[in-house]
Amino acid sequence: MTDTARYAAAQGTELPENVILRVNHLVKEFPITRGVFFKKQIGSVKAVSDISFEIRRGETLGLVGESGCGKSTTARCVLRLLEPTSGEVLFRTNGEVVDIAGAEGDTLRRIRREMQIVFQDPYASLNPRMTVASIVAEPLVVHGIGTKQERTDRVKELLSVVGLSPEHANRYPHEFSGGQRQRIGVARALALNPSFMVLDEPVSALDVSIQAQVLNLLEDLQEEFGLTYLFIAHDLSVVRHISDRVAVMYLGKIAELADRDALYERPMHPYSHALLSAVPIPDPDVEARRKRILLEGDIPSPANPPQGCRFHTRCPKKQEGVCDVEVPELRELEPDHWVACHFPEVKKVF
Amino acid sequence: MPEPLLRVEDLRTYFATEEGVVRAVDGISFEMYPGERRGVVGESGSGKSVTAMSIMRLIEPPAGNIVTGQIVFQGTNLLELPEDEMQRIRGGKIAMIFQDPMTALNPVYTIGDQLMETIMLHQKVGRAEAREIAIKALEDVQIPNAEQRLGDYPHQFSGGMRQRVMIAMGLSCNPDLLIADEPTTALDVTTQAQIMDLMLNLAEERGTAVMLITHDLGVVAGFCDTVQVMYAGGIVESGTADDIFHNPQHPYTWGLLASMTRLDDARKHRLHSIPGAPPSLIRLPEGCRFRPRCEFAVDVCRQILPVLSPVGDDGRLVACHRAEELDLKTLEVDAASSPQVDADPAEGVSA
Repeated sequence: MTDTARYAAAQGTELPENVILRVNHLVKEFPITRGVFFKKQIGSVKAVSDISFEIRRGETLGLVGESGCGKSTTARCVLRLLEPTSGEVLFRTNGEVVDIAGAEGDTLRRIRREMQIVFQDPYASLNPRMTVASIVAEPLVVHGIGTKQERTDRVKELLSVVGLSPEHANRYPHEFSGGQRQRIGVARALALNPSFMVLDEPVSALDVSIQAQVLNLLEDLQEEFGLTYLFIAHDLSVVRHISDRVAVMYLGKIAELADRDALYERPMHPYSHALLSAVPIPDPDVEARRKRILLEGDIPSPANPPQGCRFHTRCPKKQEGVCDVEVPELRELEPDHWVACHFPEVKKVF
Repeated sequence: MPEPLLRVEDLRTYFATEEGVVRAVDGISFEMYPGERRGVVGESGSGKSVTAMSIMRLIEPPAGNIVTGQIVFQGTNLLELPEDEMQRIRGGKIAMIFQDPMTALNPVYTIGDQLMETIMLHQKVGRAEAREIAIKALEDVQIPNAEQRLGDYPHQFSGGMRQRVMIAMGLSCNPDLLIADEPTTALDVTTQAQIMDLMLNLAEERGTAVMLITHDLGVVAGFCDTVQVMYAGGIVESGTADDIFHNPQHPYTWGLLASMTRLDDARKHRLHSIPGAPPSLIRLPEGCRFRPRCEFAVDVCRQILPVLSPVGDDGRLVACHRAEELDLKTLEVDAASSPQVDADPAEGVSA
């Protein structure tokens, strides 16, 4: 399909007014090859396997799961930093709906101004040879926005928005602490006035006292600029704090997707139960009376995921003949509470 | 009171760098008793790991030096022991588990070889017997098919399984003290739960004292009896886990707890945050090291470094000039008004 044909097809897609982004049947597989010159594909890593979800305007959708569950791959496909194997990523921009997965050329360039990303590692994501001013101004330069003077002014404004002093503009990244570097990353992401931001583990590399500063900043910016966030993290406490809705991923699939309080107070998927019960709570009394649900074994390889429900090999509730055969669909069991399990059950875990 | 297992007295460990002397651990004193599980918490650069490395005497001159202090373990000052005697203690009476099990294990030897080497070094046994002990050690950490897996290399194990091997290795010689430095930081949360559960059971069963070094206060809450909080090379507060979590008396401990997100917290609230960043260990501030970030600081804090001293009579130690008068427990954690302190954002830049 050509760019325009895809675009036209997407135009016709229904997207409720309050939905800014919808992912439909997204699949991302990475080939496993053998040989040096004649690379022969001998298999594939199924990083993301047919997932669908939507993000509403102004909300924060938390995407949680353990390493290798596909959360970062999902985010990178959404931004088209990775080419999806199949599926659609519908994005609303200026009143029209575009399929990012199929967009090319000018369309893609235009959408990219609307969506930005903040990375996990504030040490690796800033070029050590560039000054803070040139790092923050780079998106403006790339998209050819403003004169030199206008860009300088914009950089100063952005720095003060993220709580840095405009005098910091001419310093280099190594002169800043981790928390301040993450602020620089946020300033860069804000430069083009995006409406949607992917935050990929934005506070995981930071110490607790600094985490709180950056989380507060992100919340302030969301309110001030009406931003929509896709917040990816493995820390379930942080996700509860910042999210409106939360999706739990396991081995390339969404296991459960719900409003944050529903997910934490009334989780229904056995994997959500295990995951939530494993998170320590900083209170010795609470810890002393909690019962952990300890999972057996390790996460299977995404190159060779289990048949049926992907979680059945470790699930305390699995039933033979069902869970190991049939893939559970993500079903809406309560209003806005979606679960992919054959035997869902509400369970309070703390 | 029984004899302490370990007594650290005014330990100072410094590192020489091009920019100046880094005072990584700067005058800390504490005691540990047999069977005690002690949490050492603090943020990066607070001196937690250097404390552990100093106890194990793994600080390498000329860059790093234990400048002053005593580390008395079972009545012997480890700092005065000749290296060959220290080697018998390392991995024998005191064992250590590191954060990254992949770099702590040698990739070109099998797990069995590495385990048996440790066992034969510290116990007077032959190969066959060492092999039996190694199998038993792997079974104790719940590694399935222990006997076959002896022949596997580290890369054939998952991260969680490797950390189990490290624990097996650490405990194989029945140490009296196990130092675990961020043992679960590199692991996923469900694996972390498995490993902490395992460590708790093994330590309880054998009465091993454990020093758990971590930045995760949640892990400490579930595992430790006592806690010491470190900041910029010093201990700012220590006491029972109950006291530290429910009634913190140092503004830093209080701020740390208040700035944490909690899984069981349903409020939609603004987090309390500690302004600024920890000081450079080369240019420590005058007076209290937490002063530039402290919302309760007064004049004396600017001039005199507070000493860790008893508050009340339950063994609590606090290094704060205002420990007696401040009642942090009753303070409403209201972050809506973020504290204003005289911390220049650039001042906190750490080296």
